[in-house]
Amino acid sequence: MTETLFDVERIRKDFPILSRELPGGRPLVYLDSGNSSQKPLQVVNAMRDHLEHHYSNVGRALHVLGSESTEAYEGARDKVAAFIGAPSRDEVVFTKNASEALNLVAYAFGNPLAEDERFRVRPGDEILISEMEHHSNIVPWQLVAQRTGATLRWFPVTDEGRLDLSGLTELVNERTKIVSIVHQSNVLGTVNPVAEVLARARQVGAVMMLDASQSVPHRPVDVAALGVDFVAFTGHKMVGPSGIGVLWGRREVLEAMPPFLGGGEMIEAVWMDHSTYAPIPHKFEAGTPPIVEAVGLGAAVDYLTSVGMDDIRRHEHELTEYGLAALAEVPGLRVLGPKTAEGRGGTLSFTLPEVHPHDVGQILDDAFGIAVRVGHHCARPLHLRFGIPASTRASMYLYNTTDEIDALVRGLHHVQKVFG
Amino acid sequence: MIAESLYQELILEHYKHPQGRGLREPYDAEVHHVNPTCGDEVTMRVRLGDGGKVLDVSYDGQGCSISQAAASVLHELATGSTVGDSLAVVDEFTRLMQGRGQVEPDEDVLGDAVAFAGVAKYPARVKCALLAWMAFKDAVARSSA
Repeated sequence: MTETLFDVERIRKDFPILSRELPGGRPLVYLDSGNSSQKPLQVVNAMRDHLEHHYSNVGRALHVLGSESTEAYEGARDKVAAFIGAPSRDEVVFTKNASEALNLVAYAFGNPLAEDERFRVRPGDEILISEMEHHSNIVPWQLVAQRTGATLRWFPVTDEGRLDLSGLTELVNERTKIVSIVHQSNVLGTVNPVAEVLARARQVGAVMMLDASQSVPHRPVDVAALGVDFVAFTGHKMVGPSGIGVLWGRREVLEAMPPFLGGGEMIEAVWMDHSTYAPIPHKFEAGTPPIVEAVGLGAAVDYLTSVGMDDIRRHEHELTEYGLAALAEVPGLRVLGPKTAEGRGGTLSFTLPEVHPHDVGQILDDAFGIAVRVGHHCARPLHLRFGIPASTRASMYLYNTTDEIDALVRGLHHVQKVFG
Repeated sequence: MIAESLYQELILEHYKHPQGRGLREPYDAEVHHVNPTCGDEVTMRVRLGDGGKVLDVSYDGQGCSISQAAASVLHELATGSTVGDSLAVVDEFTRLMQGRGQVEPDEDVLGDAVAFAGVAKYPARVKCALLAWMAFKDAVARSSA
C-alpha cells in the first residue's frame, strides 16, 4: 500500500486510546468509527484547557470568563462554518446531535407557526426519504406524516446498494414538500448523487435536506457547492465529542422556520403573553448550549483540516479498496453495498453464511480485540430490503491501517473455524 | 481467549444441529418472543398432557448461536418432563443467567443447560440465552390458563 504521503503512524500517536491494551493483553483494533470515532489529544486538550481556564456560561455573562467562553463557543461556529463552506456563520446551528438537527427541521413542517408555504403540509402532500436511511432520517418524517396526513414515500435501493433513481420524476413531484436523504450510507458506504435529486427537487419546489453524518467526517463537504437547503451532521463521528451536532441551513430558509425549543437565549424580548425571537442561529439554540463540546468540535475541525480532508478521503479510499479485496477472500462472505470503492466510503458491512453477526462480533472482540458493530446499525428497513436481520460492520477512519484489515480477515477465518 | 468459555462445544453442536426444531401440531399455546435489541426471535408451541406432562415443545426462530442453541437445549430438557420439573429448570437457568458469573450452577437440575454458564459473564448476551426459556414459561402459563 502507498501511504507515503499520509503518515498514518504519526496520526495514530495523536489518539492515545488506539495503543491501549485490552484485558488479556489483546491490542485494540478499532473498526467502529461509523458508530463513533476516537478523539485526538488536540481535542481532549482543547476541552480540558477550556474547562481549566475559560469556562463560564455563554452569551449572557459580562465578566472576563463569560466573554472568553462566548468567544470560544462562537469561534467554534466560525470554524465549523469555514470547514463546510457555509456562506455565513449564522447558518450554523449547534444542536445535540444529527438526530436533533433532523428533528428540528421536521418540526417546522406542518407547524401552524410556519407561515411560509414551503412548510405548510396538507393531507396528500408527500415527504420523500430513501430505503437506506438511518432511523434518525425515517422516524422524524413518520411523525410529520402522522401529524399532517402527508404521505411518506421513499427511493428504493438497488441490489448493488445504490439509490434507485429510475422513478425519480414520479417520486419527486408537485406534491413533494421535502426530500431528505443520506449523503453517505452508514451501512452500505454508498455516496448518493445529490445533484441529480436536487435538480428534480428544485423543479417541483421541494426543500432538500442531507443527513451528512457519515460524509462530513470523511470527505471534503462544501454545503454551498452541494446547493441543498439543509445539512445535518454530528461531532462525535468526526473526532469531536458527543453531545454536539450541527444543522446547517440556508439563511433564508432558516429564517422562514418557526423556533424549535423555547427558552433562554433564543429570544429577543419576552412578555407574559408572547415573545419575539433572536435572529438565527440563536433562534434555534434555547438554553445553555454544550459549550465545552462546541470547543471540542472546533478543535476537531482544526485537527481534520490540519491533516487535510482530501488526504483523509484518499487514505480511506485506499483502505476501502484494500478491504473490499481482502474480504472477497473470505469464503461465502457477502458485502452489502457497492463492490468497488468508487462512489463509496470505508464502511464495510457484510454477512457470513451460517454465522449470526452477534457471534461474529463477539468472537472478533474476545479473541482479537477487534471492535466492529453488529446488528442493524439503526437501519432496519435497509436490512429487511436485503432479507437479513442483521450484519457485521467494519467502518474505517483516518487512523486505520491495512494491518488492521488483515487482522479482521484473520479474525473472520477464525470465526468460520469455530462455526465450521 | 475468553470466547472459549462462551462458545462451548455443546452450544455449537445444538446451533448446527438443532433438536426438535420446527412448529408442530397439535399444541395448546403458541407464543412469539423477540429481543428488540438484536432482532432475535422465537415462536414456541407447547402441548401438555395428563398429570402436567409436557408432551411436546416445538419452535422456530432466528438469531445468534446462543439464542438458537438455548431453544434446542430447552426442547430436549422439557419434552417428556412435567410442567413442575421443567419450570424448576427454567428458574435455575434464569438464576444462573442473571448471576453475572457469580452463581454456581446446579448441574443436577440443569443438565446440558449448564453449558450456558459462560454466557452469564456477558450481560449483552444473557437475553439471547433466556429468549426461548422465557417464551416457554409464557407458553406454559397460557396453556394452563
